[in-house]
Amino acid sequence: MLADATSATPEQPTEPNLTRGGWLLAGSALGLIAISVAVVVLAWKPALTPVPPVAAASFDRATVLHGETLARLGNCRTCHTAAAGRPFAGGKAVHTPFGTIFSTNITPDPATGIGRWSLEAFMRAMREGVSRDGSFLYPAFPYDHFTRVTDRDLAALYAFLMTRPPVPTQAAENQLAWPYGYRPLLAGWSLLYLHKDAVDETDRGRYLAEGLAHCGACHTPRNRWGAEVVDRAYDGAWIDGWYAPPLNAGSPAVHPWTEEMLFAYLRTGLSPMHAAAAGPMAEVIRELSGVPESDVRALAAYFAALMADAPAAKGGKMATDKQSEADRMHPEGATLFAGACASCHEAGAPMMMQQGRPSLGWGTSLHVAAAHDTLHVIVQGFAPPVGRAGPSMPAFGNDFTDRQLAEIAAYLRARYTDLPPWPNLEQVVSDVRKEGGE
Amino acid sequence: MISLSVNGVAQSIDADPDTPLLYVLRDELGLHGAKFGCGLGQCGSCTVLVDDRPTFSCLLPIAALAGRKVRTIEGLGTPDRPGALAAAFDVEQAAQCGYCIAGMIMRAQALLERNNRPTEAELRTYLAPNLCRCGTHMRILRAVRRAAAAMGGGVQESSR
Repeated sequence: MLADATSATPEQPTEPNLTRGGWLLAGSALGLIAISVAVVVLAWKPALTPVPPVAAASFDRATVLHGETLARLGNCRTCHTAAAGRPFAGGKAVHTPFGTIFSTNITPDPATGIGRWSLEAFMRAMREGVSRDGSFLYPAFPYDHFTRVTDRDLAALYAFLMTRPPVPTQAAENQLAWPYGYRPLLAGWSLLYLHKDAVDETDRGRYLAEGLAHCGACHTPRNRWGAEVVDRAYDGAWIDGWYAPPLNAGSPAVHPWTEEMLFAYLRTGLSPMHAAAAGPMAEVIRELSGVPESDVRALAAYFAALMADAPAAKGGKMATDKQSEADRMHPEGATLFAGACASCHEAGAPMMMQQGRPSLGWGTSLHVAAAHDTLHVIVQGFAPPVGRAGPSMPAFGNDFTDRQLAEIAAYLRARYTDLPPWPNLEQVVSDVRKEGGE
Repeated sequence: MISLSVNGVAQSIDADPDTPLLYVLRDELGLHGAKFGCGLGQCGSCTVLVDDRPTFSCLLPIAALAGRKVRTIEGLGTPDRPGALAAAFDVEQAAQCGYCIAGMIMRAQALLERNNRPTEAELRTYLAPNLCRCGTHMRILRAVRRAAAAMGGGVQESSR
């Protein structure tokens, strides 16, 4: 604005314009001062005094165990552990529209972790997104959800983290586009988007989902500033190149999500009538497989209720299988499916017979508007975590060219859904390959 | 008829287009290095390279292979003049029943051609899709490290 006002004056050097330019200058200066004052008032958070490292033995064992459950429910490990890194030692790259953020070390190492954080500092970070030293944390860390976690639960989480093995490791510097590297800007973000609405702890499913488990962080769309759009809760959103489907009346599932099916899915990563968890959700399942059953049941009940008005819940819909029509429309896709996919996915295949897997026509990811999830699974496959049993699928990314993968996806969509064809499939394949690190 | 390029030789195959490559290699072309293990892409004993990347040939229909290069263990050397990996597996005696070894070697070949200085973690992650039920893993890893050195590189210690 300042530059516009001054550069405009030489071209039209008439007195009224000069005067207006002067007023604009003065107004801009005042505005800048006001903004600066606001930044100082809002953005200045005191450093909290470091405390001497707390002995792990000083924490009550039952509290630590409760904290471990909470850490699993909060899926802390997934973001705070780098590939092949030590648990909770941070360093994982989180890709955002604003640049890459590297997660912090939340082990109790005194120099590089949170070993000298008081409980007060921990609680402030969890609820206000402010680090012990007073600097703002980026909302990739979902503190907008953690405002709803009780004092007691935060204290237990603190006890769990402070009793982990300390790992001395410093995360890489964030790589953010200008001006997002300037942390005081986040004071404005918190002012606009950090809502401190309490959730009744006795409604366990809601308390967990809206709080620590921060389900909306992936399943709710975000605005241009990266804040969840409150009135579009659980409308479905993008995360790391995957589409996290709607968990409300907009659920694209063909078979209704019953509470029992959601429980099985959240516990084991497999709901035969819907999907096998892959991508970011597989990591959520890995953590939920180790929490008390009652908590998973509470989450299942909460989301089953949210999806009670979805089209599938109105009932009656059967799985589609238009094989002859799809074979005619996509002969190459049909041949590739017969050679590569049918030995597991065709009726009568061993996996279908022995493990009771139903037709792909029930598959949720074939019924969403974006082909990304389907292609992620075909290109990269998926596997249960090391040492755990669970569904798996080999990766087919090396087997097929982009065009062949697009043919297979087009065939699946035509055969197993009544929905319009997916557009731009070769572009999606190319994007999926890049996101897969190829 | 479908045209394939296998170990640099053009082949014309008279088979259904959805026939798995593995069946063609073994039954039509007499290349018995790649093995049938599970037929479901779960074990890796059928691993061959397509355009220099490892694939499970039991699940790869030949219709997908027009204009692409297939390489099998027979293309890496002969018993008299073994390739670097086969020689290293021999020195390290990295086989018990041997059923998985051709697949292991092909997957390791793909890795070392692209990067002959992988870290130990990269090596283990890359080989993970191939199973060995005899438990020969430590010798297999030693053999791949030896071959990496023989190919002018070497497996690096992982940073953690």
